[in-house]
Amino acid sequence: MTEALTTALGLLVTLDPKLVEIVLLSLSVSLSAVGIAALLGLPLGAAIAVGRFPGRQTLIVILNALMGLPPVVVGLIVYLLLSRAGPLGSFGILFTPAAMVIAQTVLILPIIAALSRQAIEDAWREYEEQLRSLGAGRADAALTLLWDTRFSLLTTILAGFGRAAAEVGAVMIVGGNIDGVTRVMTTTIALETSKGDLPLALGLGIILIAIIVAVNAAAYLTKELAQRRYG
Amino acid sequence: MDLRKRLLLLAALAAALPAIAQEKFIVVASTTSTEQSGLFGHILPAFQKKTGIQVRVVALGTGQALDLARRGDADVVFVHARSAEQKFLAEGHGVKRFPVMYNDFVLIGPKSDPAKVAGGKDILDALKKIKSASAPFVSRGDRSGTHIAELDLWTLAGIDIAKEKGPWYKDTGQGMGPALNTASAMNGYILSDRGTWISFKNRGDLVIEVEGDARLFNQYGVMLVNPEKHPNVKKDLGQAFVDWVISPEGQKAIAEYKIGGEQLFFPNANQPGA
Amino acid sequence: MSNGAILPLHLDDVSFAAGGRTIIERISLEIEAGPSTIILGANGAGKSVLMRLMHGLLAPTSGRIGWTASEQPGAPRKQALVFQRPVMLRRSAHANVAYALKVAGVGEPRRGELVREALESVGLAHLARRPARVLSGGEQQRLALARAWALHPEVLFLDEPTASLDPSATREIESVIRAFDAAGTKIVMATHNLGQARRLGDEIVFLDRGRLVERAPVDEFFSKPQSAQAAAFIKGELPWT
Repeated sequence: MTEALTTALGLLVTLDPKLVEIVLLSLSVSLSAVGIAALLGLPLGAAIAVGRFPGRQTLIVILNALMGLPPVVVGLIVYLLLSRAGPLGSFGILFTPAAMVIAQTVLILPIIAALSRQAIEDAWREYEEQLRSLGAGRADAALTLLWDTRFSLLTTILAGFGRAAAEVGAVMIVGGNIDGVTRVMTTTIALETSKGDLPLALGLGIILIAIIVAVNAAAYLTKELAQRRYG
Repeated sequence: MDLRKRLLLLAALAAALPAIAQEKFIVVASTTSTEQSGLFGHILPAFQKKTGIQVRVVALGTGQALDLARRGDADVVFVHARSAEQKFLAEGHGVKRFPVMYNDFVLIGPKSDPAKVAGGKDILDALKKIKSASAPFVSRGDRSGTHIAELDLWTLAGIDIAKEKGPWYKDTGQGMGPALNTASAMNGYILSDRGTWISFKNRGDLVIEVEGDARLFNQYGVMLVNPEKHPNVKKDLGQAFVDWVISPEGQKAIAEYKIGGEQLFFPNANQPGA
Repeated sequence: MSNGAILPLHLDDVSFAAGGRTIIERISLEIEAGPSTIILGANGAGKSVLMRLMHGLLAPTSGRIGWTASEQPGAPRKQALVFQRPVMLRRSAHANVAYALKVAGVGEPRRGELVREALESVGLAHLARRPARVLSGGEQQRLALARAWALHPEVLFLDEPTASLDPSATREIESVIRAFDAAGTKIVMATHNLGQARRLGDEIVFLDRGRLVERAPVDEFFSKPQSAQAAAFIKGELPWT
């Protein structure tokens, strides 16, 4: 075990090219997914937070429940859609990084929408009277609140990124874990461990944990600094 | 839009570009044991250098690989379970089967060898001994080529393993690597392909007990997925791969692949009956 | 251009009920331009609800409320409300006032000028770049006044604006209100503070348990209250609910 650990640290320190390639692909896939999910999920959360329409409560419950979607289930659903035997098969996206981005976007979209909905609804409770008094309509109010709660929303986005970076079920199924093409940190750890080949798995595991810790630290610090500076 | 969000969007587009960019590639459905042996890492760069076609290998168990191809999600299948391959052909999913190479299985077991099978040349005899000794035996249980081969050997030994197994027979439902890990952890016997065994690093007390029996030979076949049934199949690129792998050049690349000085796969495309 | 003045404001037999309780009961009232009007009453008398009804945040459950000229949608609002607790956005003081103007459709460079003017009028020009939410309670309330007044509304509603402030902050707010009054803005302010009502008011509208009980010029109200409830309130004897 210690031998594996030392070899792992060696890979890290010398920036082993295979390791770097895998890490960069993981980051690129998860960052893309969180970018798209934020673009779609933040306005969705804001709209639900300030909107009033029939079925709103049901929608909120469903959105909250979807936060707990198991990654393998998401992988299965996206696979069935992208498979050549499926409705979107002719685009040939299956087993490419694009498929992984799609699957992770689907996975974290509910998280971002549900958490932003909560944050903005809490803010709306505080701001509603004042904003209406100033003459802001619902759409204006939603945009205003999106900016005003930006620090909470950043924490939400970081949470989404953390979830995407750590999952293995979805990207394994829709990516196929293809060497040099769709092999990311989590799927490589799974593969190397099953081969009994631990150094690369350990090295990637260390990096993955470091990334998760960094993301959480960033979220915490953002909240603290924002609170102190902006009130 | 927040500056941070703008940057994320740019990153998203930048990451997506390589995926959108047009590249010549095919998807080959193969087995985990073949992938993990490292063979593809050795022969595919040579193919890509010659033809410019990138081969993307999706490694699954044999049954799953064939199912993937049945859905049209692969262009070529490269597996080692002849009866399953024939069935695939009969269903019209494949164009033609070409034998490519063979490797062999070996019976792995603990140094302590409770069933006393070490050094034997008869695999059926060894299996009978393991059963009578109720020695721990790990099965892959995952419909893979190796699993099917194992089941066939029990049958040949006159044992109806489904009925006659006891707590000593561990049906794990795992790939070759994880199954070897399990065998190593519990000091049990296991049937493995030689390739995975040679690359396997977590051996513990395990060694090769029985090898060389002709019944342990493991034949690989390659098939182009039928473009008439699956119009999205890249038939020209796929056919190029099939042609190369059975060509003298491809066969030579296969033979040259060694681990620890040992050749793993023996090309036999010139044996049409294989 | 016709005289688009929105005053007088007519309340016609207005009632408001919520959660099974009647909070405002059959109030008829005209708010006219000129003298500052104090809505006076004990806690729970219905002052805040009445302010919100007049401002338009709530709709009466029966009766009618109407301005003389209706506000044009899209045009800058002619009446504004300052709440007891100001709600500021996570931006600078300057940006908060600018926000109100932006919602009202005022473009640059006029917007910047109006913001500077408003901040100066409440003595906050030196804090323009400070994040609004870190300002003190008194400063935030002054900022709320600046924000409400930046569009030079015809009517400025104030709902107990100093109830959460200390005496020195209260003094600052009162002097700003007096300045706006002198500049011609109609002031309608709710309070339960007798001293404040006397200092700032020209006329008193007295509410007791949702009903309009008395209305009189300020000196008359305090020297010769006509109703028993007003007399008891002035003496500090009115029960809380």
